[in-house]
Amino acid sequence: MDTMIKTPVADSAPRIARERPLKIKARNVDVYYGEKHAINDLSIDIPDSAVSAFIGPSGCGKSTFLRSINRMNDTIPSCRVTGNIEIDGRDIYDRGLDVVQLRARIGMVFQKPNPFPKSIYENVAYGPRIHGFAKNKTDLEEIVVTSLKKAGLFEEVKDRLDHSGTSLSGGQQQRLCIARAIAVNPEVILMDEPCSALDPIATARIEELIDELRQNFCIVIVTHSMQQAARVSQLTAFFHLGNLVEVGDTDDIFTAPKDKRTQDYITGRFG
Amino acid sequence: MSGTYFALMAVLVVAAFILGAQRARGVRGDRAGMLHSLPAYHGLYIAAAVLTAMMAIFVVGAPLASHYVVSQGLGAFDPSEVAEQLHRDAALRDIQNLIAGIYQGEPSDKLKAAAAAYSSASSLVFWGLNILGVLAGAAVIFWGLGRITPELRARNQFERFVKYVLLACSGVAVLTTIGIVLSVVFEAMHFFSKVSPIDFLFGLQWSPQTAMRADQVGSSGAFGIVPLIAGTLLITVIAMLVAGPLGLFSAIYMAEYATPRIRSVVKPILEILAGIPTVVLGFFAALTVAPLIRGWGQSLGLDVASESALAAGLVMGMMIIPFVSSLSDDVINAVPQSLRDGSYAMGATKSETIKKVVLPAALPGIVSAFMLAISRAVGETMIVVMAAGLAANLTFNPLAAVTTVTVQIKTLLVGDQEFDSAKTLSAFALGLVLFFFTLALNYIALKIVQKYREQYD
Repeated sequence: MDTMIKTPVADSAPRIARERPLKIKARNVDVYYGEKHAINDLSIDIPDSAVSAFIGPSGCGKSTFLRSINRMNDTIPSCRVTGNIEIDGRDIYDRGLDVVQLRARIGMVFQKPNPFPKSIYENVAYGPRIHGFAKNKTDLEEIVVTSLKKAGLFEEVKDRLDHSGTSLSGGQQQRLCIARAIAVNPEVILMDEPCSALDPIATARIEELIDELRQNFCIVIVTHSMQQAARVSQLTAFFHLGNLVEVGDTDDIFTAPKDKRTQDYITGRFG
Repeated sequence: MSGTYFALMAVLVVAAFILGAQRARGVRGDRAGMLHSLPAYHGLYIAAAVLTAMMAIFVVGAPLASHYVVSQGLGAFDPSEVAEQLHRDAALRDIQNLIAGIYQGEPSDKLKAAAAAYSSASSLVFWGLNILGVLAGAAVIFWGLGRITPELRARNQFERFVKYVLLACSGVAVLTTIGIVLSVVFEAMHFFSKVSPIDFLFGLQWSPQTAMRADQVGSSGAFGIVPLIAGTLLITVIAMLVAGPLGLFSAIYMAEYATPRIRSVVKPILEILAGIPTVVLGFFAALTVAPLIRGWGQSLGLDVASESALAAGLVMGMMIIPFVSSLSDDVINAVPQSLRDGSYAMGATKSETIKKVVLPAALPGIVSAFMLAISRAVGETMIVVMAAGLAANLTFNPLAAVTTVTVQIKTLLVGDQEFDSAKTLSAFALGLVLFFFTLALNYIALKIVQKYREQYD
């Protein structure tokens, strides 16, 4: 299996996958919740320095697959993952791999903003502290400020870093969670419907932010909004009933879908 | 007398409900929806009115009636014979015994006359009150039936009645509390007129033996509560040193690490511990734990009293473990899973997540669990009576015998008492101190919970 990563990407692959280095490679992945078969034989290549969007109706398995990438499914006792997922050629379900180190390399932003009940500063400093990234206090402060700036939140909160993170508005809380995630300088950022709890203005801010972060991170975003997928992503994957139906450049998926189910979904015939 | 009255009242209330609902259905006919309220509400409305009227008659009438009966009975005696309360009570008892047929000896003619007057007055008021009540109830039913029209807002009226019933129920609880506090405060005032509050609060010696005769040895009682407070605090601290860590850590295990299977077995067992009567724990402390500690202490060359603060504190700690663990378990479970997910996704381990995210978020609840446990420990009596002794030593040595506020209250009020001596009255002053102590603890717990309540969500 390890040799597959070296093989050149086929001509039929999406353009973006040919232009950018490969970051995440999944082959024949199945996920079960107890008896329920949530994902069926999924294979996908996700490129670095780009935004990949997973779309599809509710319960189609897109969030489940996202949570398999940083092994958050491990926290659900009944969940079982088979198959092969590699990041930079390394099998993440390998027995020798420390899941804690894996998650430190992969940031995650959740559907509902979940800042810790601590100050804004402590929220961002949480990851650097537990991983010992900062040598001293000034170092830590710099990491916090840089992360907040990258998340586009610094100007709004610079006078009240000691206020509780939960005192912010919903959109600010979500940007705080993004700042928290990028403070440990991850390689991949997973976003699970990051805007579904936000109003249109806050959503627009987050989308701008995702577009900026794309330069430095491999971003995977699950979204219910096809407009959002079309706006922010370069690669789009359409999931349906636990199957990956179609993957392609976002432009192609939305203008010339190959599969009938994809076409029905993006034209709003079901969903 | 009252049994019959309440039976009649029940019959009339039910009748009012049935008649009211029936009349409302009759008014409605087959035009559903023309009444403002459903027929059942009309029935309830009239029933509530009957209940209110008849209760009012009873509450006012019954004391008047019994006053009348007593005055009739005593009227047969000379006013000078029954001028004093004591004599009046004795005469009344004689009358009642004679009527019941259990009078000892030969009754005097005067007593016979009094009994006759008493019993005829009783039957008069019995019939009078019942007839009055039934007439009033019937009158209210007729008045109510006449009022039933499509526009009558029976539902709103009945709901207002329910609101007042609920208000009355909470009023009973509040009034009881106020009554208890007032009685304690009142008796404590008596005590403070005999012993100065300064001596009471800051005195270092507690020996509440007041003399029966002026020349008795040790006639001067000493009422300094400092040794009692010290003993209470010592035992509470020992108990919390046991229950705090054990309860909290078992809660963390139960909430975060235990599989559902283990949890379903361990949690009920832990809660059984809360159900053991304290008197059982008390003799466990006195007969098992205290000798054990004494044995160990002696083998180490320590001087251990056979009743020690340590034994009582340890067992009391065992008793309050379920309080701490059960409440802490609940608040830890109430921390949203999304916070744990956020922490795991940052690459935190399970224990880092618990230490840095879950426990800080659950802190207010944990603090209030501790406060509740402390109030339990401070107010606990039985274990301390049996295992810690009665000697009011001012010491912080856990191996010595100490005594607590609750134990002293119990000791002062068990057996014969005279309610004009400082010894007996001091129990009320101690009760007042205890009351303020737990009140303060509950207040602090409430403030802490309020301050941090809305932190997550």
